[in-house]
Amino acid sequence: MTTHPSPAVLARYADREMSLDEATVWSVEVHLENCADCRAQMAGSATDDSRDLLARVAAGVDHNIAAGPAPAGRRSWLAARNRWLVWHSVPWLIMTVAVLGCAVLLDALQPSLPSVVSLLAPVAPLPGVAIAWSRRHDPAWELVAGTPAAGLAMLLRRTAGVLAVVVPALVLASARTGVSLALTLLPCVAFTAATITLGAFVGVRRAAAGLGTAWALAVVVPAVVTAEPPAVLQPGSSGVWALLALTLAGLAATRADSFRRLTSHN
Amino acid sequence: MRTVSAAETATTTYPWVVHAEGLRVRAGRHLAVDGLDLALDTGVHGLLGPNGAGKTTLMRALATVVKPAGGRLTLLGESVDGRADLRRVRRGLGYLPQQFGFYPRFTVREFVEYMAWLKEMPKAAVPGAVQRAIDRVGLTAKADARMKTLSGGMLRRAGIAQAIVNDPAVLLLDEPTVGLDPEQRLDFRELLRDVGVDSCVLVSTHLVEDVVAACTDVVLINEGRLVYQGTPNDLIAQGGQGDAGDSAAERGYSALLRRHRAEAGR
Ligand SMILES: [Zn+2]
Repeated sequence: MTTHPSPAVLARYADREMSLDEATVWSVEVHLENCADCRAQMAGSATDDSRDLLARVAAGVDHNIAAGPAPAGRRSWLAARNRWLVWHSVPWLIMTVAVLGCAVLLDALQPSLPSVVSLLAPVAPLPGVAIAWSRRHDPAWELVAGTPAAGLAMLLRRTAGVLAVVVPALVLASARTGVSLALTLLPCVAFTAATITLGAFVGVRRAAAGLGTAWALAVVVPAVVTAEPPAVLQPGSSGVWALLALTLAGLAATRADSFRRLTSHN
Repeated sequence: MRTVSAAETATTTYPWVVHAEGLRVRAGRHLAVDGLDLALDTGVHGLLGPNGAGKTTLMRALATVVKPAGGRLTLLGESVDGRADLRRVRRGLGYLPQQFGFYPRFTVREFVEYMAWLKEMPKAAVPGAVQRAIDRVGLTAKADARMKTLSGGMLRRAGIAQAIVNDPAVLLLDEPTVGLDPEQRLDFRELLRDVGVDSCVLVSTHLVEDVVAACTDVVLINEGRLVYQGTPNDLIAQGGQGDAGDSAAERGYSALLRRHRAEAGR
């Protein structure tokens, strides 16, 4: 800190009648910004006029602050930013949970047939995932697609939101029907990862539709017709499903650049 | 006297804020932008052209939501064609699409906050930046009204607010004055001049008058190519008495287009 200006200089600085050359005014001003002692000293030697003026300014500022709008409080971020997705996917998630509920009932009524819960588990999250990444279902898609947050991370976050509902529903369903938990959840995760990986090439919605149809034709229909549990859901197959889920998740991670544009396969 | 902002004195390592060379962009199967060369610096640039000239497609490519089919495109010194990582560039972009969807149940503030969050702004800066953006477009009184209750002009202004919330270095506005009444249009021109002091603003419009009143530079494109780039006064000087139009600027615009078409037809 440089030397403090003399009380005489400070008094002349404070009094607008007394002329002080510009260079001195600047140096005093810079000094006052950084020196509380000199500010206090100057305040102490202020004239009554100045005190009056300052009091009026302070009262005016206080009055305007009191009359103006209250400052916006801290808002709940999570609530605001996720609301669109929540409103939008609720009907689909309710439908998914309702279908799983029906499957539990069917399994209870027809214990001799292959478990409907385990047949539906792999494809249960697909409608939700397709909706979560759909240009048609997000009105502000063009705005969203141009932001830095758009991309695989956003798709994964939305997918996680879907799984947060579907997985507990599957856990409940498997507990009610006695179907192996691993053979319920691992195919579910594998199909979700497959939807994202395939979605990088053909679009998430198309990938979900294609995988769902393929599963229905190749596994569900034969199982219903023959009344035999499908080979791919035999007790020993959970290791294969786990490996498949890991591989597909790894593949999906390498396609991060496929989800950044407006027409990014949605 | 005007204060010099930090952006004006900061050194840049790139010659142009927006630089396109031989840019080609598809709209569906059709090449809507076909071999466009364009270099833009700080200031307000008005993008003019007849319907179908490729204005919206160009805007989308500059906003990085559509991947160019060919040529080179550099924004803020970073290449954004091909498989580039767009995240850093996108943090410096503001974009208002011609038709922008919105979430009807969001309030204006929630909408702008959501967009600020997607633009990965620092969390602490968001509430202040959102309020400032809403104030700048004159929607302060409607900040907590739901989007579905707003008129067309108010929606446009909410769209402009989300575009400027992150103080973008590149601001792209596609037909922003549609639905604004004459007084709001004057306010908007004021805002453009203000933002254009230290950002590169590109405004697409069909109103030649807007360009003359608010822009430092005119860009005229036709059939996906650059026809003309110059100052508004240059544009006015292009027109003669025989050219179509109600004002000197409109006559200049139609003279340039007529000459370009005659050359292309030869
Ligand atoms: Zn001092």
